[in-house]
Amino acid sequence: MATDSDRHPADLDLILDRHACDPGALLQILREIQERYGYIAPAAISYLGAKLNIPRARIEGVAGFYSFLHLQPHGEYRVLFSDNITDRMLGNQALMEKMCQQLWLQPGKVSEDGLVSINTTSCTGLCDQGPAMLVNGRAITKLTHQRVQEIGSLIRNRTSLTDWPADFFRVEDNIRRSGPLLDNSIAPGDVLRAALFLSAARPELVEESRGSTGSPRTEIAENIVEAIKQSGLRGRGGAGFSTGLKWEACRNASGSEHYVVCNADEGEPGTFKDRVLLTRQADLVFEGMTLCALAIGAQHGYLYLRGEYRYLLEPLQAILQRRREANLLGKSILGQSGFDFDIVIHLGAGAYICGEESALIESLEGKRGIPRSRPPFPVTHGYLQQPTAVDNVETFCSAALALRMGAENYCAIGTEKSSGSKLISVSGDCPRPGIYEYPFGVSVREVLDDCGAVNARAVQVSGPSGVCVAESEFDRRLGFEDLPTAGAFMVFDDSRDLFEVARNFVHFFAHESCGFCTPCRVGTSMLKQTMDKIAAGHGTQYDLNEIERLDKVLQTSSHCGLGRSACNPVLHTLKHFRPAYETRLKSLDFEPAFDLDGALARARQMTGRDDAGAHLKTEEI
Amino acid sequence: MQAALSAGHYIPHLCYHPEFKPHGSCKLCTVKVGGRTAASCTMPAEAGLNVESNIEEMNGLRRTLVQMLFAEGNHFCPSCEKSGNCMLQALGYDLEVHTAGFRHLYPDRPVDASHPDILLDFNRCILCELCVRASSEVDGKNVFALSGRGITKHLIVNAESGLLKDTDIALTDKAMQVCPVGVILPKRVGFRVPIGKRKYDQRPISAQALDDAPRQADAGDSCAACEGSP
Amino acid sequence: MIESCKVAVRPELVEGHNDKSAHPSNLRTNGSIVAGNEYKFMSKKLRIATTSLAGCFGCHMSFLDIDERLFPLLDLVEFDRSPLTDIKHCGPCDIGLIEGGICNAENVHVLREFRKNCKILISIGACAINGGLPAQRNHLDLGSCLTEVYLTEPGLAHGHIPNDPELPLPLDKVHPLHEVVKIDYFIPGCPPSGDAIWKFLTDLIAGKTPELGHGLIKYD
Repeated sequence: MATDSDRHPADLDLILDRHACDPGALLQILREIQERYGYIAPAAISYLGAKLNIPRARIEGVAGFYSFLHLQPHGEYRVLFSDNITDRMLGNQALMEKMCQQLWLQPGKVSEDGLVSINTTSCTGLCDQGPAMLVNGRAITKLTHQRVQEIGSLIRNRTSLTDWPADFFRVEDNIRRSGPLLDNSIAPGDVLRAALFLSAARPELVEESRGSTGSPRTEIAENIVEAIKQSGLRGRGGAGFSTGLKWEACRNASGSEHYVVCNADEGEPGTFKDRVLLTRQADLVFEGMTLCALAIGAQHGYLYLRGEYRYLLEPLQAILQRRREANLLGKSILGQSGFDFDIVIHLGAGAYICGEESALIESLEGKRGIPRSRPPFPVTHGYLQQPTAVDNVETFCSAALALRMGAENYCAIGTEKSSGSKLISVSGDCPRPGIYEYPFGVSVREVLDDCGAVNARAVQVSGPSGVCVAESEFDRRLGFEDLPTAGAFMVFDDSRDLFEVARNFVHFFAHESCGFCTPCRVGTSMLKQTMDKIAAGHGTQYDLNEIERLDKVLQTSSHCGLGRSACNPVLHTLKHFRPAYETRLKSLDFEPAFDLDGALARARQMTGRDDAGAHLKTEEI
Repeated sequence: MQAALSAGHYIPHLCYHPEFKPHGSCKLCTVKVGGRTAASCTMPAEAGLNVESNIEEMNGLRRTLVQMLFAEGNHFCPSCEKSGNCMLQALGYDLEVHTAGFRHLYPDRPVDASHPDILLDFNRCILCELCVRASSEVDGKNVFALSGRGITKHLIVNAESGLLKDTDIALTDKAMQVCPVGVILPKRVGFRVPIGKRKYDQRPISAQALDDAPRQADAGDSCAACEGSP
Repeated sequence: MIESCKVAVRPELVEGHNDKSAHPSNLRTNGSIVAGNEYKFMSKKLRIATTSLAGCFGCHMSFLDIDERLFPLLDLVEFDRSPLTDIKHCGPCDIGLIEGGICNAENVHVLREFRKNCKILISIGACAINGGLPAQRNHLDLGSCLTEVYLTEPGLAHGHIPNDPELPLPLDKVHPLHEVVKIDYFIPGCPPSGDAIWKFLTDLIAGKTPELGHGLIKYD
């Protein structure tokens, strides 16, 4: 552990060989090196550079982008406390403080003996069973003081992670309300069979229909696209683009290859429904992807799994293997010659921005996860600049379900413009957090009633980049007509300070900004600074004005949605909970940007002075 | 952007360079098109587009972006040898930026003076990636790359030591010529041009940018993107 | 030269500016008034205070570079605290001009006194605006700076870090003025030229939002 990886080129070669020295697999290679050695040494980067024929600076750039990859030794045990607002509400800060005390170290620093480092990370998607943490990438749930203390002892005793109590790593599904998606009894392959037979009951068609496009499955593909279009299915990642139209556009785009990509980079804080789908409905996810492959004519699919869900990798791979054995993946799927498709799982490494589809594609290609300029869109220029259909985990499940149920039956669920059902990830102040499946059109109030929330004063719908819904708006309905959502539903009761909620989200955006464009890179940091100033009791009306100014710049000039929505939490809470800000403002007059007296502390320490002249009162003006 | 420049319309920019593929990170060139805003360097020109650039709303935005860049790095013009020839500074002049306004971040960015002929002063880096693109696309060397993300994003060089002296950069590289600010500097030539005679002492950047712009013979036809721009 | 010396007076800064006769006036270099009809010259001149904090007085030197234009200016303004007057404390003023950033506790006191007393407060010069040269210590730890200067510098014997209560304590970082108090205007430059200062002040006195324009706006 933590020995220089340059002394183990054999191990590096093993990792490289596993990926056939494919430069496109760079992120996977780096992730495996990180997992094996605890960090990525300079010599290892040089070695990779030579082997993969990529400039080493570019490799360093990629490694430096993802927060789970370290360029310096970061401790044998790397502890990351999930720091979503829901973890905070469950007391993660006190737990982290306690652990730091127990292990004698400061947050963000490695202990002197190189044993352990403790820090925070963005939402780990375990909000219904938090506070949560990752230790060397493995998720641990339901932290209590006792559990944290046990973990501290295990670390101090250098107990191997494999010998830690299995109970620590148990992740519950917490399905509280199910519907057509979670209750489905679709057997693996059912949907594909249905799709193949959609084109009348003439299986021979598959062989005959070599149409003008030269594809043997033109009609089948057209029928799938048509069925999905008619089902009214819209993307479940939040944006709500018509899935059928996307598949059609992708199918019609010319390219040497077409690709299917499943976005399982569920990074929006408060969202964890894909985690449950991948645990409970993985076959349906893969079935949906395979269906898409059939529709767009793809032979290769990728599932981009967020690094936080590393523990799902092996189970998912086992399911893929089972599907290959069942001839549901691989060559001539279900005996249809020419229907070749397989899926590779690609793990992320701690970057929220990779949930943005073009950044995800960049990451898939082994690069820094920077969103591309659009247009062109991934449907025409996606993975390796080829036509690519990128859809959310739930979208693929829903597509499979819609096809199996038939468009008419599927449309009967939900509302006119939002057909079907939606998984909601409920967390925060309620006795029954977890997964709730509803037909679209359910009101915020109904969800609150079902999860048992009392005295709720606000709900953050669709995460920090979504909407903060106040009590007066609890009759608003989830769906594309009113409140589109990727699934997050964080409940705050009347004991909560909505300013702190917004501040947590602002910190999140600043941490996750990719840094590509000026407004987002600098603006999110400035916003964070301003919120911290208000939190420290130094805020004034000028700071509120500054927030509005920053918002304008972020909204009008940011490269992607992250920057454009970074001010939302602040603006929404300012709108509904302005007093939460105003009561913190020191005065309506100007206040210094920093603690003046604190700025003299170092000089006091160095001179040993503590007289009146060695202090600056903040009230002087 | 190309269409606008070749038709004689200047749009302020920092990360755009006519010889490289535009990538649209600085956002200085943001314009208004049919009520929406977009970076003009990565926006394909189309006939009949109504592009608004030189309007107070866009200039106000640019002013704030320039202020953000000044607050982000350590830009001490009086002690910078690029002063007078610096695009960031010249844009600040043009946009009447009197102060960064924001709280300065004062990041710690040690200089790299390891190379015998070249100095790297990261304090002034605005992360435009022009050197990255030049070194990769023209020099074929990949001397520069970016690492980190968000506000910790930073320029790195292609050496295990992290030092410029261990790269294969040469004074004659394209990457030496493209830095719009004072990061990549040849040693021993600083302050050679006296104050008053430097590039932007003479004329503002808005008056000079078109000199460097690609002018096409058929500029008249390609200015479709600028119709309606003042 | 005459052209550049015209001063229009900002009406609201002139006592009795509601009086129709109190029209803005033009001045010549010799300080005599170009008759704005029977314009009575301001019964009360604008009061200006200036000081240098963590600066080098270079901006003040540059101020003096407005040369003979000082005379027409003196017809419009009078100086409160300033190196020109040697008044030690700032009283109620219309305009405060401050060069230099904030590097110690005393700077903070003086800056606050200016803010309290000046209707319009102006940061002048690079140091006031972004910390300038002194701020180039900001990435260093103050403790190691003091240690090196007073304790470990070669040639020092029995050095100690000064701790006399008479001395102002240094802040851990040097800050621009606008991070400590509200600043209304900024005149960039190291130093700004006399012409820039003149243009800025005359714009301001005339009630115009000051604009420097190419050639006058300089960061170096």
